[in-house]
Amino acid sequence: MSEVGKRQARVDGYDKATGRTKYYEDRIPAGTLYARIRHAEKAHAIVTAVHTGKASAIPGVVRVLTCFDVPDIPFPTAGHPWSMDPGHQDVADRKLLNTHVRYWGDDVAVVIAENEVAAIQGVRALEIEYEELPFVLDQQEAMQDGAPLLHEAFPNNILKHTSSRSGDYAAAIREPGLIKVEGWYETPTVQHAHIENHGCFAWMENGRIIVVSSTQIPHIIRRVVAQALGRPWADVEIIKPYIGGGFGNKQDALYEPLCAWCSTQVGGRPVRIDCSREETFVSNRVRHAIRFHITTWLRPNATITARKIELWSNQGAYASHGHSIAAKAMGSFGQHYPCPNMECDSWTVFTNRPAAGAMRGYGMPQASFADESNIDDCARTIGMDPMEFRRLNIMPQGFHDNFSGNTNYYDTFRECMAKGAALIDYEGKRKAYADQTGNLRRGIGVATFWYNTGVYPISLETSSNRMLLNLDGTVTMQCGETEIGQGADTAYAQMTADAVGLRSYRDVRVVSCQDTDITPTGLGAYASRQTYMAGFSIRQTAELLKEKILNYAAELTRLAPDSMEIRDGAIVRREDGEVMMDLKELAMTAQYNPVHAEHITAESTYTIRSNAYSFGCTFAEVEVDIAMCKAQVIRIINVHDCGKVINPALAEAQVHGGMSMAIGYGLSEQLLFDQKTGRPLNNNLLDYKLSTFMDHPRLEGCFIENPEPTSPFGTKALGEPPACSGAPAIRNAILNATGVAIDRLPLNPHVLYAEFCKAGLIHDVWQEEGKQDV
Amino acid sequence: MYDMKALYEAENVQDAIRLRLEHPEAQIIAGGSDVLVQMREGKRAGKELISIYRIDEMRGVTLDEDENVRIGSLTSFSHITRDPIIQKYVNVLGEAVDQVGSPQIRNIGTIGGNTCNGVTSADSASTLHALEAIVELTGKNGVRRIPIRDFYIKAGQVDIRAEEGEIQTAILIPKESYENCFGKYIKYGMRNAMEIASLGCSVNVRLSPDKKYIRRCRIAYGVAGPVPMRVPSAEAVANGSRPTQAMIDEFALAVLLDIRPRDSWRASKAFRQHIAVEMARRALTEAILRAGGVIE
Repeated sequence: MSEVGKRQARVDGYDKATGRTKYYEDRIPAGTLYARIRHAEKAHAIVTAVHTGKASAIPGVVRVLTCFDVPDIPFPTAGHPWSMDPGHQDVADRKLLNTHVRYWGDDVAVVIAENEVAAIQGVRALEIEYEELPFVLDQQEAMQDGAPLLHEAFPNNILKHTSSRSGDYAAAIREPGLIKVEGWYETPTVQHAHIENHGCFAWMENGRIIVVSSTQIPHIIRRVVAQALGRPWADVEIIKPYIGGGFGNKQDALYEPLCAWCSTQVGGRPVRIDCSREETFVSNRVRHAIRFHITTWLRPNATITARKIELWSNQGAYASHGHSIAAKAMGSFGQHYPCPNMECDSWTVFTNRPAAGAMRGYGMPQASFADESNIDDCARTIGMDPMEFRRLNIMPQGFHDNFSGNTNYYDTFRECMAKGAALIDYEGKRKAYADQTGNLRRGIGVATFWYNTGVYPISLETSSNRMLLNLDGTVTMQCGETEIGQGADTAYAQMTADAVGLRSYRDVRVVSCQDTDITPTGLGAYASRQTYMAGFSIRQTAELLKEKILNYAAELTRLAPDSMEIRDGAIVRREDGEVMMDLKELAMTAQYNPVHAEHITAESTYTIRSNAYSFGCTFAEVEVDIAMCKAQVIRIINVHDCGKVINPALAEAQVHGGMSMAIGYGLSEQLLFDQKTGRPLNNNLLDYKLSTFMDHPRLEGCFIENPEPTSPFGTKALGEPPACSGAPAIRNAILNATGVAIDRLPLNPHVLYAEFCKAGLIHDVWQEEGKQDV
Repeated sequence: MYDMKALYEAENVQDAIRLRLEHPEAQIIAGGSDVLVQMREGKRAGKELISIYRIDEMRGVTLDEDENVRIGSLTSFSHITRDPIIQKYVNVLGEAVDQVGSPQIRNIGTIGGNTCNGVTSADSASTLHALEAIVELTGKNGVRRIPIRDFYIKAGQVDIRAEEGEIQTAILIPKESYENCFGKYIKYGMRNAMEIASLGCSVNVRLSPDKKYIRRCRIAYGVAGPVPMRVPSAEAVANGSRPTQAMIDEFALAVLLDIRPRDSWRASKAFRQHIAVEMARRALTEAILRAGGVIE
């Protein structure tokens, strides 16, 4: 009997729905001090003085610490596995507090107080003197000679530039009769906006530092905290309780290092740092805004013969995940639509904006918007249906990528498109929406994407696992791959139940909380890796556990271990299926056997040296109210091939969440900055237009289950893929409805107004020159 | 935790007036959906608060002896939307306040707070202007009633006399304003919920008994200027006219003579003008249809 593939309820569902689940704030002991951060109110400056007298005098304020007090240790924050190769280590470019302020919101000082109000008052009472520097917000402007320089080690603010070449682009485009389709595509700065803001608390015990944090990556945070404080790694213990989402923002060291250091400055007393929503938007991480320039050369038969891809990624003030995002975006093009002659260049550039880091999709939503917009433009230029154009040019079955080792084993792209097209009646709607006039117009669009599973071979992929047989015959399972709201624990329980041979996934107790002193080392939740990667160590550890159980059973039954197996929570004789004993009886006997007592456990590490292509597409149908400059999504369907679906209910939920993010990315979300000062304008949930339920139609997610041959459970990435293709599908639907191709996100009323005016769909007579006041 | 100096709870209107006179610097708080947000932002940090939220006599919708609709200032948005008197006589107001924020905000937020906050984007404000609502203030010298257009002095400032211990106790919709009138409110936001209006437009019309003429039309905007405003140039086009498409187009364009939207990062002036014209067109059309008219 198999638990994998079943629509099971979440193992943490009841407690979460009833409010019992404990998040970091629920674990904070009484008497914990409040640390509040004073953020810079300059986009680029040198702090020359911080006057702390007034703040220190406020009753309740315990300690004021400034950028002049912190250890002189620059540290990296990216949540990447440590690399033994110094050339692959993350850039260490920030201190706990910074005298060189590089963006509006940088961390300058911290006030530690007995209560929250005193801490707030203390922060307001600090007086900071700055020597102002010129600043730059645009990534291409930042590359110009003479632009304000953020980091001395990076001339022209270029964190990294990488290129790839295949074939001979320059020669290929000289072929007579080619059709050129060129465009500039612009994606905005957006933020994760997970429900629970980041926060943490830290204290000292027996000379060591313990931090409880809302993070996706406890084991990596241990390393970063130790590095930032200049301590041995083993001196730090990180505890990760349940968290309210992360989407990549918490795949970075945020305020754990500062909080840990604060505790060391007040004699090891517990100190908490809680980010407000305003701080989360600006002083955590954001998604990279990327500008693309794409030139595609088509033959008259609609095949792509050459492509040039250039992209400029806005890193903001600190390196964080750095060039990994731009590199991943650049790498997507040649696999998505393989063509013989390609020239690709990508630059990641520092600017005086909030630091960009990991965010769900890690460069793919940006790349997908640019690529899938350009592909629709190609189809339109050549007069072909956009889905037909994709069928002709998209990654074919059998395609193999030498670097990742990935193979497109099935004809998945075409299968996904066929399924989505049938569900939404693509052909019928293309016909119905062909020649519309009038104010309200409808359109249908499609966009596709591919995604890797995990980070092999760029970084380490490893998963460790511990299982122990409980006295009631259930199994406790523990690993470093974290539950961050996506349902990982439930998937692990289902996989473990099958791998061990238990009756039900309810017979598996997944230890959800990671504690780096106790939990087997893992890398955490990112890169859509967890179900795939944990699958290897679950299978391997279950085999070890079963071996121990059967060896013990052999003592009791006098049968050879390999003549038995575990089925439905019992030891059975292979030959005839005879039940010898259930696991409870075995566990009790093993524990209390006066001549041979044994605590049956297994633990192992699996180093994963494979990757897997995940695929999918979005079909979006929109209604555009031209005069009101609004596009409403009236139907949207995602189709995914994530291999074998471990739990359809959770998979659908994962897809719905990603689609919601994609709708916001497509239509409304954008973090804005004042061009005159660099100040963030809308870092709150009112002015930052996260989409709401009222902006969504019913979200439809469905699956093509082509089993992944490299995975023990036939599964592959699904965490990030749902966020990748929605925005370009909406863009292409608006193009279908109105004939207007818009090359920047979000497609909000401001943008639609400007574009519809340009296209002549809106003609405000009074806006003409001289008629301004009618 | 909020940085407040003290909180005084008023038991009734007279108690509130007394507290107001005793603590002239204190901030009045009702539902708190504006005041607490401002306090958290530091704008009113360290202030004393006088809570009037428990004063039930200021809650509810009634018809007074002259059949004016009387809305207690503490009446919540969700209460107003569901109130049978509102639904029968001034349904447009119920529709307007149903577009505030979210269900939670509509349960806690009050129409008194919405108007006393003095912001041009308040969802009730344009409709109350279009209905020529009367604001009732009660202080140590008794009751003072003023037209809503006089109540709004400038952005963020309304005519409440703290030195006289005044609080706003009710908003009245005169019978003359709603009788045989049908209205439509359009909120323009960048998303469909949890939104502050980029522009709000409220229109109400009274047709002739044969429905061939517009006897009276009123139109008001929020966010078309620093305070909510009526648009007399457009009203002049509609008043006494037949409901033709040409008239509606002329009406909509005439809006531009009076409104004064500005450029800001939230929206450009050109965009707001464009939307204002389109909203006027749609709101008047819908109001005429609701009144039983036919667009010729």
